Amino acid sequence: MPTSTESDLRADAWRALSTVSDPELDEPVTELGFVAELSVDSAGAVRVRLRLPTYFCAPNFAYLMVTDAYDAVAAVDGVESVEVRLDDHFASEEINAGIAAKRGFADTFSGLADDELHQLRHEFWRKAHLAAQDRVCRTLASTGYAAEDLAGLRLCDVEPGEELDRLLRRRSDLGLPTAPDQPLLVAEDGRPLGAEELPAHLRFAQAVRVSIDSNASFCRGLLRTRYGDDDTAT
Amino acid sequence: MYEKDGERYFIVDGHVHFWDARAENRNYYGKGFIDCFYGYHSNLSPPEWVWPKEKFDKYTEQDLLHDLFEIGYVDKAIFLPTYLTDFFPGGFNTTEQDAEIARRHPDKFILNGAFDPRDGERGLEEFESLVKRHKLKGIKLYTAEWKGDSKGWKLSDPMAHRYLEKCRELGVTNIHVHKGPTIWPLNRDAFDVADIDDAATAFPDLNFIVEHCGLPRLEDFCWIAVQEPNVYAGLAVAIPFIYSRPRYFAQIIGELLYWLDETRILFASDYAIWHPKWIVEQFVDFQIPEDMQGEYGTLTPDIKRKILGLNAASLYDIEVPAEVPQPAVAAAL
Repeated sequence: MPTSTESDLRADAWRALSTVSDPELDEPVTELGFVAELSVDSAGAVRVRLRLPTYFCAPNFAYLMVTDAYDAVAAVDGVESVEVRLDDHFASEEINAGIAAKRGFADTFSGLADDELHQLRHEFWRKAHLAAQDRVCRTLASTGYAAEDLAGLRLCDVEPGEELDRLLRRRSDLGLPTAPDQPLLVAEDGRPLGAEELPAHLRFAQAVRVSIDSNASFCRGLLRTRYGDDDTAT
Repeated sequence: MYEKDGERYFIVDGHVHFWDARAENRNYYGKGFIDCFYGYHSNLSPPEWVWPKEKFDKYTEQDLLHDLFEIGYVDKAIFLPTYLTDFFPGGFNTTEQDAEIARRHPDKFILNGAFDPRDGERGLEEFESLVKRHKLKGIKLYTAEWKGDSKGWKLSDPMAHRYLEKCRELGVTNIHVHKGPTIWPLNRDAFDVADIDDAATAFPDLNFIVEHCGLPRLEDFCWIAVQEPNVYAGLAVAIPFIYSRPRYFAQIIGELLYWLDETRILFASDYAIWHPKWIVEQFVDFQIPEDMQGEYGTLTPDIKRKILGLNAASLYDIEVPAEVPQPAVAAAL
């Protein structure tokens, strides 16, 4: 196993954190400014502190981000131990204790949560997938594609880039095919969307995208108001 | 009344508060709650409208009257109580607190009440006497409210239906529902608006005004509202985007107009989180940016007039002065 220097290890841990997204905003915690601290020492111990826009941000999402951050960093080569903590949140104490003891969500909030979070996560992948479809289709429309042409397109017909990457990521989360020759626009169950159902489908996808983007913008602003601009790990 | 460019606007602020969040009336969670509100206030208000925190914790009756009616253009303001007694032992903003002010200024305020289905049968009687005592036509429901071990409830709960039946019986027709961070059950979508669908279907003769238009679940709200004609959008939280995030505001109002139409959207400042003066001024001046007009159209003075006051006036039977043009609101509703 290659030995990393501390700064290499930190860079690897940062890359790992950048794969952790806020489930409802569909953006990485590293870009949202949610990582307040990332430090490593020579023994391979990594310490992460996360922070959120408000004291009452939904605890289920907070829990998902903290646990995802823990798993992502723990999987990095050369990391010997991980501590992830959530700051300034009404459920910080329970979440931090639950993560440290490697308890699941339902155990962490005994009596308040009746099962694990998979269903919730799935719901937000589904929304993020719709929003990603809207983004890709808006770009296609702006380059001259008419609505009726979209139904026949395949993934390889879309210009590579951030919008396509986001779509592919969500398809992969949902277990939908991602090969280049696959249809571009599919329903949640993988069925290709037909020309006649596409307008209504995309109109709703647009509302989802507006909702996610507005919310993300609001959350970024609240985080800035709460902590100022300068105090973020990079 | 607000007048600009020869157009007159009758203003009904559909969501105002008179709260007490002083240190002596709050616990640890109450502090977190009012800090959270202050974050909303500071982040979305123009800098000249940001208050010092001490004033935000507790403002005076004079502040309220001055801000809404002397400089804020508001003709009628609707009090929406928020009890939160688990966070604020003396109540954050109860019906009785609001009633004292409303009694002194009966022509200015519309008083709303509240119920909590977890109060059971006994609460049902108390709710009835509250409604009769204050002749209420509307209520504000806060499904995320903590109560002992419970961290919230749903409009689809059987006991909630009993209370809604009581509303129907007593003529309480306007049901404002706050959809915000529910804490329980933790593993579900905390902002889920699906219980509105259930209640709106079961009680087609009641109006359900969803505060914050379902944000951050705008699309789920729109999906319900398009099927349920008795579901309305309250613009609290969304409308202050107009200042710092005008393009997002354009998209939110554009989506609401697409899915709901202009008779089911209600202006609300959520005072004292935001001040109605700058919101009214900026909303009247606002237009959908040109590059979005192909998609969303434009906002006409008639649309703005309905949103700013005529829609709420129709829900609450508020008399609108003759000098304000009334484009067939009653026919549309």
